[in-house]
Amino acid sequence: MTRVGKYHVALIAVAALILLMSLVRVLSGQDIITSSGTIAAALTLAVPIALAGLGGLWAERAGVVNIGLEGMMVLGTWFAGWAGYQWGPVAALVAGLLGGALGGLLHAIATVTFGVDHIISGVAINLLGPGITRFLSEVLYKEGTPANEAGAGITTSPSMGKPTEVSFPLLSDGPDLLGKLESTHWFLLSDVAGILRGLTHDVNVLVILAVLLLPLTFFVLWHTAFGLRLRSAGENPWAAESLGVNVYRIKYLAVVVSGAFAGLGGALLVISATKYVEGQTNGRGFIGLAAMIFGNWRPGGLAVGASLFGYADGLQVRSTGAITSFFLFGALLLLIYLGTQIRRLMSDELESKGVKQYTLMASAALGMVILLWLWLTVDKLPDNLVHMTPHVLTLLVLLAASQRLRMPKADGVVYRRGEQH
Amino acid sequence: MPAGLNRALLTVAGAIVAVILAIAICSVAIVAAGGGPLDAFAAFFNFGPSDRAQMNGVAALIDRAIPLFIAGLAVAVGFRMNLFNIGVEGQYRLAAICAAYVGSTFVAPPVIQIVVIIVVAALVGGFYALIPAVMKVTRGVNEVISTIMLNYIALNLTAYLVQGPFSGQKEGQLTTTTPELPESAMFPDLNFVFEWFGMPAPTRAGGLWGFLLVAVVLGVVVWLVLERTRFGFNIKASGLNGPAALASGVGPKKMIIAAMVMSGAIAGLIGLPEILGDRGAFNSNFTAGLGFLGIAVALLGRNKPGGIAIAALLFAFLDRAQGPLQEANVPASVVTIIQGTIVLLVVIANEITKRLALRLEERRAAEQLGTNAPAEVAA
Amino acid sequence: MSADTLATVKPAVELEGITKRFPGVVANHDIRITVQPGTVHAIVGENGAGKSTLMKILYGMQKPDEGTIKVNGAEVSFRTPSDAIAVGIGMVHQHFMLADNFTVLENIVLGAEPKRLGRLDTAAARRRIVQLAETHGLRVDPDRLVEDLGVGDRQRVEILKVLYRGARILILDEPTAVLVPQEVEELFQNLRELKAEGLTVIFISHKLDEVLDIADAITVIRRGTTVASVNPSDVTARQLAELMVGSELPTPETRESTVTDTVTLQVSELTMPGEGERLLLDDVSFEIHQGEILGIAGVEGNGQSELIEAIMGIRPAQGRIELAGQDITTWSTLKRRESGIGYIPEDRHRQGLLLEASLWENRVLGHQTRKPARSGIWINRRASKADTERIVKEYDVRTPSVETLALALSGGNQQKLIVGREMSGDPVFLIAAHPTRGVDVGAQAAIWDHLRNARAAGLAVLLISADLDELIGLSDTIQVIYRGRLVAALDPSDITPERLGGYMTGAIAGTEET
Repeated sequence: MTRVGKYHVALIAVAALILLMSLVRVLSGQDIITSSGTIAAALTLAVPIALAGLGGLWAERAGVVNIGLEGMMVLGTWFAGWAGYQWGPVAALVAGLLGGALGGLLHAIATVTFGVDHIISGVAINLLGPGITRFLSEVLYKEGTPANEAGAGITTSPSMGKPTEVSFPLLSDGPDLLGKLESTHWFLLSDVAGILRGLTHDVNVLVILAVLLLPLTFFVLWHTAFGLRLRSAGENPWAAESLGVNVYRIKYLAVVVSGAFAGLGGALLVISATKYVEGQTNGRGFIGLAAMIFGNWRPGGLAVGASLFGYADGLQVRSTGAITSFFLFGALLLLIYLGTQIRRLMSDELESKGVKQYTLMASAALGMVILLWLWLTVDKLPDNLVHMTPHVLTLLVLLAASQRLRMPKADGVVYRRGEQH
Repeated sequence: MPAGLNRALLTVAGAIVAVILAIAICSVAIVAAGGGPLDAFAAFFNFGPSDRAQMNGVAALIDRAIPLFIAGLAVAVGFRMNLFNIGVEGQYRLAAICAAYVGSTFVAPPVIQIVVIIVVAALVGGFYALIPAVMKVTRGVNEVISTIMLNYIALNLTAYLVQGPFSGQKEGQLTTTTPELPESAMFPDLNFVFEWFGMPAPTRAGGLWGFLLVAVVLGVVVWLVLERTRFGFNIKASGLNGPAALASGVGPKKMIIAAMVMSGAIAGLIGLPEILGDRGAFNSNFTAGLGFLGIAVALLGRNKPGGIAIAALLFAFLDRAQGPLQEANVPASVVTIIQGTIVLLVVIANEITKRLALRLEERRAAEQLGTNAPAEVAA
Repeated sequence: MSADTLATVKPAVELEGITKRFPGVVANHDIRITVQPGTVHAIVGENGAGKSTLMKILYGMQKPDEGTIKVNGAEVSFRTPSDAIAVGIGMVHQHFMLADNFTVLENIVLGAEPKRLGRLDTAAARRRIVQLAETHGLRVDPDRLVEDLGVGDRQRVEILKVLYRGARILILDEPTAVLVPQEVEELFQNLRELKAEGLTVIFISHKLDEVLDIADAITVIRRGTTVASVNPSDVTARQLAELMVGSELPTPETRESTVTDTVTLQVSELTMPGEGERLLLDDVSFEIHQGEILGIAGVEGNGQSELIEAIMGIRPAQGRIELAGQDITTWSTLKRRESGIGYIPEDRHRQGLLLEASLWENRVLGHQTRKPARSGIWINRRASKADTERIVKEYDVRTPSVETLALALSGGNQQKLIVGREMSGDPVFLIAAHPTRGVDVGAQAAIWDHLRNARAAGLAVLLISADLDELIGLSDTIQVIYRGRLVAALDPSDITPERLGGYMTGAIAGTEET
């Protein structure tokens, strides 16, 4: 019953969002907001974030906080680059996965076997990841090596081939009906077409595989016996232990899988750039963690968070000018919020907590005015400020939602067999 | 043996074992890379052919240790309270650029000029750390994730400031930079110390930075505050057991804000030794990553100023050898690996020795009483 | 089954010469117990006698250093609880082992999940649970979240967990500690049904009346070893108690009244909102006089913790609190402490101690702003240590030195340190929440003495306890708290634990008696 309700709410929310975006596009004239190119870029950028987030999800559902995701992702990128130029993209995927898993194993040894604080171990891994990869580059890519002749350097691997890309026949390929519809720039219709085309035109097969990991994770964690055991290790490991669940093994597995997902995310970065470049992850491991928290430690929410960050990234890559349209977007959101509040005030009798509500509404109105003013006056934001978008967004989301979030109860708790806290 | 000394000895033993193990592990890596561990070992102690080169090496080592030490202190203040201020990185960068810019806008007598710059840096760092503190206190936002985000924001913000509003780039200059500081802002060096020992003064990178004195004073003050004052006790109590501290009348919100701001204010100073001792401006060559290294240094030094000083010197010692290592045909990045491995092994060793010390203490407590009192082990 | 095979039936559990050493202490020494199948076998002993360790050994959570375990005649060796589960042993823990954010069903099947095509087969699990619940008379709703359940329900979930795994031997570790008398009766009814179906129950307790009520055989443990095996029909509670302690029992009774007319603490109309409509505290008013101990009786979770935290200023509440005529409602926790409120918290590890700090630092805790700890902005270490030495001596805290870490002490010694600390601020009013929970008999008697002496010296005490004997024995007045309201004021001199239990569960309507 609540399931269907939730599902409907999500659908309505998506529809409203598209409507709003369409409105902003028409008002601002920035067609790029819902162009298929932007959406495709967003997808490519969202997937590594989602994978890092999945990594976080696996570890934290089993009760191990993993801020070492970034370091594991870095390991993933290097190994993917190294394998990719020799044996192609699929090998890159596998190598990245294994490299990340190695980082996960290290984290598991420190936190599970030795009981080191999870944050501290994560920090150490974030320190080690770049160190190890730089070391490997210095050894394997130095001058005189075959790799170096193939185009490698201290900070990059040689290039590799592109994996197969597929398109949805008819709609986004050949006659390309969606593409035609998109280029008409009709209100709403073109926007929907643009979004669909972005998601179906020339999509990397490996990206599709990666996206499928989201529902797979949901199935494994919430509908199998193994998943129940894994989540029990994050909620109450002592209860699990008393029922004969091998909590150490579960945690080891979860953290290694977590690292593997992060590594996979790194590998996809490498594959879409066709080579490894030092610093390629650029904090995506952390953003993935933020996406997971944003998604309340659930795969669906995580996907929404990753899409949001991916979209912000994608838009900024495509056009820094279009970002200013989101001042308008924000202003519209605040307007809607004000509208609903005023309606509530009209229908309900005034409650005692009026003062707080009025200040909230006043600041919303003020924010709206400022955003509108910014939209009208600012033509182009400096690149550096645009780069902050996902991070500022994360902070705002945390501020707004952190009290409604519910993390696994024993998340981050150092668990020792036979020692109940 | 007093219980406290016993614990301390075990800790030191653990740290030493960890460092030795780390060196062993890295030797394997060096061999795998085709280098000789002995060559590498020699490179760490190779300070150069001439007296002057050696003194330059010594000065470089200490100069590197100064910001690491301050960074370690900043992180430790938070750690003491179980607050993970991962945001030191962002705090110090933002503080450094603001201080460098403010310092370049006026000229005052040397002492006043420097004091103003230090105060600005501490204020900016403290303010930037106040953001996650307020978010945690009012909305329950975990400080780890918020400070990570704030790091990226600070990173982009400084990049924007140094190119935009705070830019002092001259025609033909390649690096982006803030306007140059006046002479009165530069901290006098301590090169005369070398002459006391009859050695030639170092010449590279401003010699031995005078900010060392500030760092030493800071270390002593932090030690006094943490170990001897009521405020320090409250921090320790809040860190060890939040609910107990609350029940004893220590408000957690106030403590979170105080500790975070103190941590941020100290973090604000990290960039100053370099700017006031050598560069004279915040430019694109400014050393990055000290905040993250500070976390490692604080962990290694077990959040105590004395330990942090040793850890900072150790890290600086390793960092200094990057040049000689390359000459010895060993990849310089082996230093980062040693550092990372040491940190990981030291925290593992800490856990083991902590448990060992506890076991010993329980046994002593039980033996001393001579009673068979299994109450707690049974619970 | 012929009479012949019945006669040679093997004991369900046989423990022989079980010894377990922990660093510096021997928790169990040469334990010998034989449990017959189809009986309720009680193991009694005071806190810290080694019962819990023994049960952890029997359930595979710890390995014995010496001795053998036989189950149904076959020798076994357990590495993990799974091994114990495999031979049909199940354990209901004293502290419930439940994941709050899981449903009843998820908690029950965890570790023994039915599977179908790789999926968790919730339908099959639900059928099985409902059927088990019906046959054993254990009512539960499999789809509710555990965090919404009460104590009695949670215990039934624990028992179902064990039955679900097909256990034939059930270990219940202090199952009645958290229950009120009425719930205990229901539990015993369930246990009798299980026994009738041929299951074996090992029942661990130190509440002797209950043991005599339910057990078919009793083994007494003292100081880690078995001292007697008796038949419940042959002994009285008194004899059993003496076997358990090895000497005379202390009683919590206070002698003559020391209550004066001066009001020390006055609480008026204290109200604390909770989530939704329900109030955590609902219009609570009472006063405590100099030299008076006011006991608060109630099932855990009915507002006791909230009441304490409101008086300490830890949680905000509406209403008015006066200490010695002064309105302290808006004061901070610190100021309240400074003005003479002492606080023995209900959970000493959580709220009372810095386990990883030395004893003298624990002495300073809560007294940072007062002599002897304070010296301007500094902590006076020397004076603090000296005063800790005084507490160690006066309150008989057994410790090698004041530099020892708090977690190295036994529960009783930790609690004595806390009592000593809270008494040393010259308090006019003391909150004592479960002051003797989890401490040995010796420490218990000492703490009762300290409370009595302080009362005689004019201290006002708010006593909260789940131990009804302690409550009735020490208090001058008893108030019953039920769903955040004070529902009855009773005179401890003419109340039985059973009637008190009636008020606590709301079974007897809250008519004011005085």
